[in-house]
Amino acid sequence: MASTASRSIPATSAGSNLFSRLNLRDLVLIPVIALVMVVGSFVSSSFLLPENLLNVLQQSSELSILVIAQSLILICGKFDLSLESTVGLAPMLAAWLMIVDTYVGGSGIGISGYAGIAVLFAVGLVVGTVNGLLVVKLKLNAFITTLAVLILLRGMTLGITNGQTLFDLPSEFLYLGTAKWFGAPASIWIAGLLFLFFGLMMRYHRIGRAIYAIGGNAEAARVAGIPVERITIGVFIVGSLLAALAGLLLTGRIASVMAGQGQNMIFYVFAAAVIGGIGLNGGQGRMIGALTGVLLLGLLQNVLTLSGIAAFWIDACYGAIILLALIITRLSGEAPRA
Amino acid sequence: MTNPATNLAAEAHGIVKRFGPIEVLHDVGISIPVGDARALVGRNGAGKSTLVGLLTGIYAPNAGEIRLGGQPAPALGDRRAWRQRVACVYQRWMVIPHLTVGENLFLNNQPRNALGLVAWRRLRERSMAALKDWDLDVPPDIEAWRLTVEQRQIVEIARALLQGSRFIILDEPTAELERKEVNRLFDRIRALQANGVTFLYISHHLEEIYDICRTVTVMRDGRVVADAQLSQFPKDRLVAAMVGDAAMVQRESKSAAKTGGAPGLQVSGLCRGEDFQDIELSVAPGECVGLAGLAGSGKDKVAEAIAGLLEPDNGTVSILGRATPMGDVVAMRAAGVGYVARDRHERGLFPLLSVADNLTATVMDRFGPYGFVSPARQAAMADGQIATLGIVASSCDQQIGQLSGGNQQKTMVGRALASDPKVLVLVAPTQGVDIASKQAVYDIIDKAKARGMAVLIVSDDLDELTVCDRVEVIFRGRLSRSFLPGWKDHDMVAAIEGLY
Repeated sequence: MASTASRSIPATSAGSNLFSRLNLRDLVLIPVIALVMVVGSFVSSSFLLPENLLNVLQQSSELSILVIAQSLILICGKFDLSLESTVGLAPMLAAWLMIVDTYVGGSGIGISGYAGIAVLFAVGLVVGTVNGLLVVKLKLNAFITTLAVLILLRGMTLGITNGQTLFDLPSEFLYLGTAKWFGAPASIWIAGLLFLFFGLMMRYHRIGRAIYAIGGNAEAARVAGIPVERITIGVFIVGSLLAALAGLLLTGRIASVMAGQGQNMIFYVFAAAVIGGIGLNGGQGRMIGALTGVLLLGLLQNVLTLSGIAAFWIDACYGAIILLALIITRLSGEAPRA
Repeated sequence: MTNPATNLAAEAHGIVKRFGPIEVLHDVGISIPVGDARALVGRNGAGKSTLVGLLTGIYAPNAGEIRLGGQPAPALGDRRAWRQRVACVYQRWMVIPHLTVGENLFLNNQPRNALGLVAWRRLRERSMAALKDWDLDVPPDIEAWRLTVEQRQIVEIARALLQGSRFIILDEPTAELERKEVNRLFDRIRALQANGVTFLYISHHLEEIYDICRTVTVMRDGRVVADAQLSQFPKDRLVAAMVGDAAMVQRESKSAAKTGGAPGLQVSGLCRGEDFQDIELSVAPGECVGLAGLAGSGKDKVAEAIAGLLEPDNGTVSILGRATPMGDVVAMRAAGVGYVARDRHERGLFPLLSVADNLTATVMDRFGPYGFVSPARQAAMADGQIATLGIVASSCDQQIGQLSGGNQQKTMVGRALASDPKVLVLVAPTQGVDIASKQAVYDIIDKAKARGMAVLIVSDDLDELTVCDRVEVIFRGRLSRSFLPGWKDHDMVAAIEGLY
């Protein structure tokens, strides 16, 4: 066809083996995680005990499900701050409907545990749909819209029970947060399977690829025939459903629903996603990276707690280390992200 | 594949298009036979983009009929059907930057396995085959943001063909390409045309149109004013059809150079790493010098060094005999350098701000004490500039993003002039603007010369270089040749390409 060849670009990864597919950027946190584990084993002899590590994983499971949700939304080029409020509202509304005793904050209706779970996911469905429609159809800015929804839902969570914490929930409702499957808490299995599922979906399903395309260049995606609006709304809905599930697991683990449940989680969600290589501008990052981000934060928190640092200083240390992790990942990545 | 009933790749009859109360297309008709290469020309605002929007299913006409490949156009929302019939390569990026080249080729059209999952191995193989077909020496695994402009456009054309489209609209594809790349693109277009692919080609470069197109449709003020075989339609008639009754001004370069005294701009021994070496330039007040070279020859970097955006390793820049501190934009402006960067969208405009804010961005300290800006004083200066530069805007408060490309470009030159420079450095000042606006920019340059400014035009556009009193050619970072007016296009191009 043409006479001369165009300038060539050297291949960064010629083969199609596993290592080149998981590009280096996704694995950059693994040495950092290893380092934290080494430090942890010096800090406390109990750190490396299986019970402690399982405990870390279980405590990270709700966070990691939110990170999956936020990663989907971020890759699609949007934001959802309201995820953390769904973690509170969805189980709270369900608990309120399930508890008969109005004296302890119940509604007096007393629906069953299974109906409670249905209500919980219905809340996720409604919140996600509303967010999606506001952002996609009304073209409101995702950041400020979901911030408003966050405040609204948080207020509703308080309002339903006048700020009370609800106890004595049906065992069906608590099951997923308390059960053990094959010797490990069910919530760890659930979070792990979700990572596997969404990781594969984002890589191997055309909807996953379409989400990357939308986040990378929505206009080009539209021209290529991708149903941009439908997929974006769908991503918001799936995100909120995952947040509701996280709320269910958290409720089961602590056997109650607190008025402030989920509060401040969104900061750690963003930190984990961004440290894990999910770009804030859309179209970038992978689930495997996000997973390493969650694991790093969970292990750090545990090491800091075990280290005997005064409790009031733990958050400051945590914040400083998150900053450090961001700097390390930027310096090691080739193209600027976020 | 062609029978008499369907031998038109695209046709439109009696098209009327209104945006709100404004009718932008009045009874427009066009028919493009299969295998044709049709040029669509017209000044900015003539209705070309609207027509392209209608032919690609971005808008629906208010009246009239569109047929593609002999069949009525698909419904507006049916992107898949549109995509199979017509593809458009736009000026702006339509690849997804962080997906691989291979995936961009098969965007939303990935080969899938029995489970409906993306078959990456097959996608990779098929992209390698496609890249080989196109002689594109890039691996399919790299992310698309690493492609050059040329490679990106080829990926977009290849994608269109892979998705089954045989009618391709090219919207100013050469605006950012070097001459050699343009030639390669044209070779490819000709080969595809021979295979029955139909092109609609939009360009402001008339010589390109004569190079690759067989027929031309000229639009003016929302109407089709001419439809012709290019071989029977000489350039002057084409231009006359585009411009209508407006007078055509023949350019005559009149030097206003003042000899004697200190040069307006004196560049001595300027070096910067690999970018450029030993640059010597001298521009007298009232003189206009061209700095010509390929993209990547270092010409833009020299301009950036003069503007204070880059710090050179060695050498000096003096303005009217006074040496200036290097690598400091504010100091350079204070010393008397006005600079218009290449690509107003990326490096010039504040698209959401008003014309006034855009014009006066560098002189905000003039409108009041302690950094306060008096809107009245700002508007007074902006209104004056709008009048002298002939910027067409509803008022100085209008958002610059709403103006035509030509008026945006005039505003960019106006911003450089706002600080009363002694030296005006313009990089590709007429890129992507229509003929009338080009003329207006040249007039502004003439006025600047008459006022005694030293003008440096950095460009590889022959039209822009024709305006200059002298042209210095830079090749691979070094000055190679110098031309006085009367040079032949062929010699200039050869020098720019380093072929002499």
